[in-house]
Parts: sequence; C-alpha cells; structure tokens
Amino acid sequence: MKKIIIYLYALFSFNYVAISAETGGMPQLNPEFWLSQIFWLTITFGILFIILSKFILPKIRNNLESRKSQIMENIEIADNQKTKSEKNLKEYDKIILDAKDKAKKTFNLAKEKIQLDLGKEREKIESELNSEIEDAENEIKDLKKSSSEKISLIAVDTAAEIIQKLIGVEVNKSNVSAIVNEQVKLMKGK
Amino acid sequence: MAANPMYQFNVYRIGPEIKIGEVDISFTNASLFMVISTLAILIVFNLGAKKKSLIPDKIQLLSELSYSFVSKMISDTAGAKAKPYFAFIFSLFMFVLFCNMFGMIPYSFTVTSHIIVTFVLAAFIFIGVTIIGFLKHGLGYLKLFVPSGVPIILLPLIVVIEIISYLSRPISLSVRLFANMMAGHTMMKVFGGFVVSLGLVGGWLPLGFSVALTGLEILVAFLQAYVFAILTCIYLNDALNLHH
Repeated sequence: MKKIIIYLYALFSFNYVAISAETGGMPQLNPEFWLSQIFWLTITFGILFIILSKFILPKIRNNLESRKSQIMENIEIADNQKTKSEKNLKEYDKIILDAKDKAKKTFNLAKEKIQLDLGKEREKIESELNSEIEDAENEIKDLKKSSSEKISLIAVDTAAEIIQKLIGVEVNKSNVSAIVNEQVKLMKGK
Repeated sequence: MAANPMYQFNVYRIGPEIKIGEVDISFTNASLFMVISTLAILIVFNLGAKKKSLIPDKIQLLSELSYSFVSKMISDTAGAKAKPYFAFIFSLFMFVLFCNMFGMIPYSFTVTSHIIVTFVLAAFIFIGVTIIGFLKHGLGYLKLFVPSGVPIILLPLIVVIEIISYLSRPISLSVRLFANMMAGHTMMKVFGGFVVSLGLVGGWLPLGFSVALTGLEILVAFLQAYVFAILTCIYLNDALNLHH
C-alpha cells in the first residue's frame, strides 16, 4: 500500500514537472476539462452523499442517541434510587418519632395513673381523718355542753346544800338555778 | 521549473481519454483528488460509525464530534426545519473540507481551487434552495425580495437590489471558495519560489513566511469549508423560514 502511494506521488511530481512549461494564464479558465470535472464531481459527490446519508450518518446518529438514552436512563435510575433512599430515611425518622411519642405517652399514662391512685388514696385517708376529727370535735362539744350543764347542776345542788346548812331553810331549787345560770352567763360574758 | 505559480492548478488527463459522444469525461488529476477525498471521508466516518462503545475512542469521537458540530451549525442557523437537509450539508462540508485539506499536501491538487467545481456546487445549492423556497411558500417566496418596513419610495430600488443580491449568491459563494484557495496556494508557491531563487543566503525569510502561510492556509481551508456550509444553511433558512 505504502509503495503504491509513493509510486503515485512520484508519478504526480513527474507529470507536474512535465506539464509545468506548457501554458500560461489561469488554468481554471481553460474549459478543456470543465465537463470532465463536472462529471466526476457529480459522481463522487453523489456517491459520497448517498453512502453518508443512507449508511453512515444514521449509524452515528444511533450511536449518539443510544448513548444519550443510556445516560438519561442511568440518571433516571440514580434519581429513583435517591428518592427511594430519601423515602426510607423519612420512614426511619417517622418510626423513631413514633417510638418516641409512644414512649412519652406510656410514660404520661403511667404518671397519670400513679397520680390518680395517689390522689384517691390521699382523699380516702383525708376523708377518714376528717371524719375522725369531726367525731372527736363532736365528742368534745358534747362533753363541753354536758359538762357546763353538769357544772351548773352541781353548783345549784351545792348552793342549795350550803344555804340549807347555813340558814337551815329549804330553798326552792329553781330559784337557785336561775341565780346560778345568771352568774354563769355573767362569767361567760367576761 | 516552478517559475509560474499557476501551473499547480493545471488539470491533466490520467489514463486514457474517455468520451461520451462529444463530451470528454476523461479521468484527470482533479477527478483523482475528488475520489481520494470521497474515499477518505467514507473510510474515516465508516470507521467512526462502526464501533458502538459507550465511551468512544479517537476515531469514533472524531466522527461524532463532526456530526454534532454540523448538526448544531444547522440548527443554529436554519432551525429545526432544516433537519432533512442535514445529510446534504454534512456531505458538502466534509467534501469541501477534505478537498481543501488534501490540497495542502505538496504536489497534490486542490479540487476546490477550480471555479467550475465550486460554481457547480454553488449553482446546485442555489437552484435547490430556490426550488425548496417555491415549494414551501409558493409565490409567497417572492416576498423575500420585499423587506418589511421600507419606505414605499425606496421600495423599487430595494427590490432590485434584493433580486441582484439573490441572483449573485451562487457567484459569490463559488468565487469566495475558489479565490481563497487559489490565492492561498499561489502565494505559497510564490514564496516557495523565492526560497529557491534566493538560495541559502536570503531564502530563510521567505521560508519562514512559507511555514507561517502553511499554517494560515490550513486555517483558511477549514474556515472556507465552514463558510461554504454555513452560507448554504443561511440560504436554506431563507427558503424554509421566510423572515422578511
């Protein structure tokens, strides 16, 4: 192949030198080979155009498109995986939040129950205490009442006895009690 | 030898004379470089299209980058409606680019430095675009020559100018490519001639110029192919999306 190229090259150079001394002016304006040039231009350019447009360019376009589509596909897959992982992350977060909520709720529930129980117990004890205190107070009141009455009775009896011993006169008990009551009232008033 | 810098553009017959009737369609050096360019494009892009690896290797990357480059160029200038013409513009761009680039090899022949080649391409584009325009818009395509927002007094003048500029499109398109390629190659030849004639003593300066010019010419080779393709896109845009 190389030899052929070199041979052709040498042939050209030789031809070139041989023709060099023939004509003057612009060879472009010499119409001798115009038709030949047009003919060969049409043939070569026509073949070039047909082969390029029918066989080669569609292949290149397919290559480019398949590469593009593959890249797009890969990007899409990557995007999908990204959204999936984000979703998973969200779910995980949600699970953790839920667990936290649940724990809090359980804790609160337990606290409430304990407080409720505590309150109930306290109320029970308080009411028992209160009733006991009331009983005691009632007793004291009763005692107080009965004692003051008894005191006045005793005072009346004693006064009557003292008067009898002193002057030897039977005294009407109701009179004595009236006086004693007055005295008691006076004392209480002080 | 090498006295006339225009000799490099000579076309000569390779092999026997082929005639169809009166028409001479002999295989010439121009034809050879058209065939070489076509084969090179087909080989490179076929290799690039064969592999289907997800991570492309060099040749696959080259073909895929070219594909997206041209595709972007078309969608930027002519919009989505120009998609059916992608294959044509791609072939056109690659053909002109490879012909220009093969022309940069010493002793090779630059196909695009011949007005007839570029003119045939440009005329084909011009006729094609005009047909597409009339098919898409009917007679409404003639509105292209009547820009909106122009005072009525100026309108006849503007319409004439627009028509002339439209009709001169194939000429400007073909002459731009042809003249660029021809001028560049002639200049390189002239400087190369200076290197030879000034010899060891004074030849270094033009040699430096030659080196710089080679770089510039490679740039021009790419740029002119790009301009050719993008102007085609712009004309196509006029035909597809009537803007005026």
